[in-house]
Amino acid sequence: MSDGWRILITGIAGGLAAGLARRLCAHEGVDLVVGVDTRLPVHDLDAARTVRAELSSPVVGELLQRERIDTLIHLGITSTPGDIGDRSRKEHNVIDTMQLLAAAQRAPDLRTVILKSTTAVYGSDAGSRSLFAEDTTTHADSGYARDVVEAEGYARALARRREGLVVTVLRFANLLGAGIDTPFSRYLALPVIPTVLGYDPRVQLCHTDDAVEVLRRACLDTRPGIYNVAGRGVLYLSQAVRIAGRPRVPVPMPLVDVVARAIRRTRIVDVPTDQLKFLSYGRVADITRLRERFGYEPAYSTRATLEAFLAAEGITPWVDDERLDALERHAVRLVRELVPDGRS
Amino acid sequence: MSGQERDLAEVIAINRPSRRRCVQPLPTGGRCRNWAGPSGRCRIHETDEPPPAAVDPSREASTDPSRVEEFVAGVLSFLRRRITGAYDIDVFGFDRDLTEQVILPLARPLYQSYFRVRTTGLEHVPDTGGALLVANHAGALPFDAIMTKIALLDEHPAHRNLRELAADLALRLPVVGALARKTGNTLAHDDDAVRLLKDGELVGVWPEGFKGIGKPFSQRYKLERFGRGGYVRVALRAGTPIIPVAIIGSEETYPIVGNVRWLARLLDLPYFPITWQFPLLGPLGLLPLPSRWFIEFGAPIAVTGLPPDAADDPMLVLELSERVRDTVQQMLYRNLMGRRSVFL
Repeated sequence: MSDGWRILITGIAGGLAAGLARRLCAHEGVDLVVGVDTRLPVHDLDAARTVRAELSSPVVGELLQRERIDTLIHLGITSTPGDIGDRSRKEHNVIDTMQLLAAAQRAPDLRTVILKSTTAVYGSDAGSRSLFAEDTTTHADSGYARDVVEAEGYARALARRREGLVVTVLRFANLLGAGIDTPFSRYLALPVIPTVLGYDPRVQLCHTDDAVEVLRRACLDTRPGIYNVAGRGVLYLSQAVRIAGRPRVPVPMPLVDVVARAIRRTRIVDVPTDQLKFLSYGRVADITRLRERFGYEPAYSTRATLEAFLAAEGITPWVDDERLDALERHAVRLVRELVPDGRS
Repeated sequence: MSGQERDLAEVIAINRPSRRRCVQPLPTGGRCRNWAGPSGRCRIHETDEPPPAAVDPSREASTDPSRVEEFVAGVLSFLRRRITGAYDIDVFGFDRDLTEQVILPLARPLYQSYFRVRTTGLEHVPDTGGALLVANHAGALPFDAIMTKIALLDEHPAHRNLRELAADLALRLPVVGALARKTGNTLAHDDDAVRLLKDGELVGVWPEGFKGIGKPFSQRYKLERFGRGGYVRVALRAGTPIIPVAIIGSEETYPIVGNVRWLARLLDLPYFPITWQFPLLGPLGLLPLPSRWFIEFGAPIAVTGLPPDAADDPMLVLELSERVRDTVQQMLYRNLMGRRSVFL
């Protein structure tokens, strides 16, 4: 290969995209990194160039051809409905992806397309399997997940139409880490965490460092196919809240809507009500394929991801270790008084 | 097949003329005193299986002060783990800490004093590695699953945790569903079950499902259809043996005499039982009758030596399923013949 990689990243204003751009710029085999977004990038992008444009505008198609882009990394699908509203989110996610991939089909030098997807495409339900493998039928139950399912459909169609094109779909679990601002990260940062009474979902997290590394490898090595990307292990939501040391307020199912709306009004967090099923049943994806076929072992487990997030956000337990020690000593003293011969 | 069609009363009558009691000595000091067959022993002790393990005297409650302190320290460290989230769950959501420290100790009096469960054939359950336990299901509420779980944890030499395959209805219920998952239940899905078995877990399945657990008292100990034989497919794919399990006593906990179909439909339940004690005795009627239980673990049915694509041969799967069902049915009849009384 005489030329180095020439890479286009969409959604460059996001924290994950910025991290990836920096990593790719540092790689000596990479000749060019261009980012596209409608928003102004706020993160440090190193040597990456940015273009402010709509993904659906002809600018992107021209860019692909003029810059002889060989790798397209589509990170531009957004999960935050609050910013732009449900209707325009769909417009943005689905239609932009359609236009982008249509332009990609025309780009002569393109060899690799990478799509950032989500495990939300599997849905959450008591009646679906406990461990989603990549071949599970998608069962989107939120607007965002439906968008992603459609975007994946366009990527599949592109792979079918252009033979020899490597299409990699990476389904990430809930991302946490530097520069990440998702409804779930804001939810975990609440001072008091509301949960659904009587339900305790299993939660699986993915650290942004791992996400960036997986994206980098998908870009520089050839890894066609669909892969779940998540940290090892699983936490119950109740357990995650305990690790954070925050009080949990279980809300009865019929009141969840009201509470969610009240929290939304405070503008701290947009609790997406379409995530209600996730907050009831949770979601865990099988990462065997990532380990065995993709050849990557996540550095952060789900627990380590959460702990890193809590440390970075400065979230400390309300009842710390010293207080617990004191309480423990108090309890032991009490028992010794009640059972006088208890000293051994 | 002939065994299943034999009438229960007839089966018991066959045994009546001898009217002798079994002379097998028990570790508790007494004799077995089940109705004896021609050999002078009951059907259970006819084979020279080793008698059930003696109750560990150290488990008996003690008022020794140092033990009190030990107990308090245990409780405190448990509470601390729960408060700080310092416990691990597996990907299916099994919370071993909670199950062994809280849930099973709560259910243990039921096992030891209320149903006075006795077990045989535990040597058929391997110390390590996967095996699929297939048992009969009865008694309106799944006490049989809980008792089997305690039997394997307390009385099996390797103290094994049973992982049950549950219906989605159970996992969908608030509180109950979350608790079921935490105690090791997971949705009965082929791929998940295969995964558990390959991970070396003991998996329990009650293939009669709601048909079995909700069947009328007049049909007691007559097995329903064993689902569609899906569990055989699972065992074949995982290459693990099938261990037939016969549970005696569960049928008499809630003798179902009627089913209020319209109420069941209204509540979205598979059945709404009228039992001897419910709703006649009001809330007291929720208490199961104190039948004496007996759980027999049968000799493993090996699935090795079959062609590798055996799981894809529906005929073979159904035949094997029929064989397992027949085995469990024979074990039930054999144990019923040896039973002295339902409650004593």
